[in-house]
Amino acid sequence: MTAHATQHDAMTMGSTSMVALLLIALLWLAYMAGTRRLHRQKPWPWWRTLLFTLGCMTLAAGFVPALMHAAHQDVRWHMVQHLLLGMFAPLGLVFAAPMTLLLRNLPTEGARGLVRFLGTWPVRVLTHPITAALLDIGGMYLLYMTPLYAHSLVTPWLSTFLHLHFVVSGTLFTWAIAGPDPAPHRPGWRMRMGVLFVAMAAHATLGKLLYAFNFPRGTGADPEELHQAAMWMYYWGDLAEATLVVALMLAWLRRRRRLSASGGGVG
Amino acid sequence: MAVSSPAAPDVRRTMIAAILLGIGFMAAIDEIIFHQVLAWHHFIDTGSSALALASDGLLHTMELVLFIVGAFMMIELHGRAAQAPGYRGPGFLLGMGGFQTFDGIVDHKILGLHQVRYVEHVWLYDIAWIGAGLIMLAIGWTLLKRARQGKAMSQH
Repeated sequence: MTAHATQHDAMTMGSTSMVALLLIALLWLAYMAGTRRLHRQKPWPWWRTLLFTLGCMTLAAGFVPALMHAAHQDVRWHMVQHLLLGMFAPLGLVFAAPMTLLLRNLPTEGARGLVRFLGTWPVRVLTHPITAALLDIGGMYLLYMTPLYAHSLVTPWLSTFLHLHFVVSGTLFTWAIAGPDPAPHRPGWRMRMGVLFVAMAAHATLGKLLYAFNFPRGTGADPEELHQAAMWMYYWGDLAEATLVVALMLAWLRRRRRLSASGGGVG
Repeated sequence: MAVSSPAAPDVRRTMIAAILLGIGFMAAIDEIIFHQVLAWHHFIDTGSSALALASDGLLHTMELVLFIVGAFMMIELHGRAAQAPGYRGPGFLLGMGGFQTFDGIVDHKILGLHQVRYVEHVWLYDIAWIGAGLIMLAIGWTLLKRARQGKAMSQH
């Protein structure tokens, strides 16, 4: 790589980082404004605000310039960045129920319009757990098993796109599987548990494949680094996914308790 | 949740929940002690095929999910006072022993995902591994028989 290209990359990374941090700050401020406005009528759970704050902080940590540079040089730091952006930040953002907050803040007409928009078929296809899993896990297979990753290291716009993809697909998947926001068109519990299970197995398998066959290739990283990255992905990914299983089971428990309290349907 | 009268103990569900917890617990011991602490097992076996890796990934996911599902089933039974007291221990042991025996025979020997330890005379370790599984199965089975005869040790 020429000195010029390196300098160019560093500049792109710096600006990506700045834009991302600014957007995250705006997002956080918008959420806080929403909770403040609502507080006059009905209190918003403090722990949802805390989750959103943690989600934004995790996201911001994934975009700090130092990590951006380290991730560019070393596949292990790239994996840390991937875990922060695509797996842990979405947990905070999604379980903070931002859509519920938005709907409560909008005037009735606006809220109806948003609900109508969410019910349109393109949105329904996009937010279906299967689509979300394909975009999220399928995207990772594509990134690490093909030359795409090596390519992204020398193509600044592709690198920016990938960071965005981590955040968007991770959030979409988390929301589609176990989001607390009302979603009238969301498939049932069994379907979501099934998709989550397959996605988890695919993720674990990818971790093992990366380790066994030294993926991603074409980066010049030595096998030790690749192995470490694969194992981090495997074990930390487990933790994020286990959280989703717990969220789904909590919903199951609440439903069964309602059923048994109303005196029927238990057996 | 308030329960007006204690529900009848749900033996079937208690057994299922306890077995799931046992499988998950044994898998966690395998993962934490033998993979991470002692490093007897490797992350992958050298020369693993993609298929073997996929089945390994599938099994690992299943253990994790079953453990969480088992825990929530037990909490739900507890909530409506429907745990069958004498059946939790045998269920747990049968889950642990069943997983250990399955792991020793299918994963280690038939699929060859990894071995207990990478040393000479690995058969000694195999016997200990599978033997430990069979002992847990035997104790679990005995306790289950006692519970069925109303001679369970725990009644709470």
